[in-house]
Amino acid sequence: MSLNLRTSAIRLAAAAALAMQMSAAHCEEASVTIDNFTFEPAQLTVKAGTTVTWTNRDDIPHTVVSAGQFRSKALDTDDKYSFTFTRAGDYKYFCSLHPHMVGMIKVE
Amino acid sequence: MSRNHNHDGDGVSRRKVLECMTWAGTGVLWTLAGGVPQSLGIVGSAQAAEASASALTFLQISDSHVGFDKAANPHALATLEEAIGKIKTLPVKPSFMIHTGDITHLSKASEFDDAERIISQSRLDVHYVPGEHDFIDEEVRLYRERYGRGTKGAGWYSFDANGVHFIGLVNVVDLKAGGLGNLGAEQLAWLADDLTGRSNSQPIVVFAHIPLWSVYPTWGWGTDDGARALDLLKGFGSVTVLNGHIHQVMQKVEGNVTFHTARSTAFPQPAPGAAPSPGPMKVADDRLRSLLGTASIIFKPGEERLAIIDTPLQG
Repeated sequence: MSLNLRTSAIRLAAAAALAMQMSAAHCEEASVTIDNFTFEPAQLTVKAGTTVTWTNRDDIPHTVVSAGQFRSKALDTDDKYSFTFTRAGDYKYFCSLHPHMVGMIKVE
Repeated sequence: MSRNHNHDGDGVSRRKVLECMTWAGTGVLWTLAGGVPQSLGIVGSAQAAEASASALTFLQISDSHVGFDKAANPHALATLEEAIGKIKTLPVKPSFMIHTGDITHLSKASEFDDAERIISQSRLDVHYVPGEHDFIDEEVRLYRERYGRGTKGAGWYSFDANGVHFIGLVNVVDLKAGGLGNLGAEQLAWLADDLTGRSNSQPIVVFAHIPLWSVYPTWGWGTDDGARALDLLKGFGSVTVLNGHIHQVMQKVEGNVTFHTARSTAFPQPAPGAAPSPGPMKVADDRLRSLLGTASIIFKPGEERLAIIDTPLQG
């Protein structure tokens, strides 16, 4: 292997490592499941930049709605909805079809 | 006896006794209806016997959930078709039908189309109110395009038939986090106006998707401002409130108000608190049709209480 090629390979590896680090810092992921008309966990604490994905496991459609913040369309069984939280704060949300279903994402 | 009489004197007059007997008779019919699954034949002959020139018989169908295909009933369209098939064979043709919402499961155009194709086979006028499942298309327009003509707000309206005043309400819009069904100030103001000047001896039938009374708030089975609507109806001598949403028969009499919920034609839901959630209840295949069905409601002039007969698809 020539010196040039080896240098390229090292650079490439370094770039890949950097990219992975960046994704760790800015693209954390968390999930909430909807089961038995309940958001689980009902309260979730995440860091700013985290993408939260809701998955509906019920046989009935649900929505994920936070007034003025985000609003999913109706999620049928196994449908998912994701939202990336960029700013700290308490985000209360509910299902607009079954409003007794409530949850909160705390973003730090 | 759950009915409140205005007893002015100490004794019970002969008239009161007769009134009570009338009520008891109606109650028996009603208990029969709610408790014991009846064959269509029995219902049919009961209706034939009740039929008279000035009487009114109408049907209630609810929660068709066209498009639902999960384990609790993979063939929701087929069971709707069975229900309509039974309605077509009734010996006395009802005057019309009300549908108390959740026509579709996901508000898809194809679901509305399928529902219309099947329900229109009844050859009855159908008065609809929406369920929350009928308002979940992206632009929230499909229900209104089909059934919103001539209605106010999100789809409320009233009409008269045989001297009975019918009021269709919408309590599935603009729901609040942590809350229940919702009528809203605009609709309540319309209702107050709609009732103004009416004789309090006119029988009133109110129908809406979510129960207007508090059935089981833990599962969202109630309407936050339902009591305000009922306040407006206080002065009337005969009020019947017909709802769906909970996919089972439930009834209550409070003073002059009779509350009743109808079965679904799609899938049953558990009794309040009997399961971890109100989701579709899977039962043995041979039991399913005993838990699905429709209701017929008979009004006879001079009788305050309307007779309600729940008829399962089978059993």
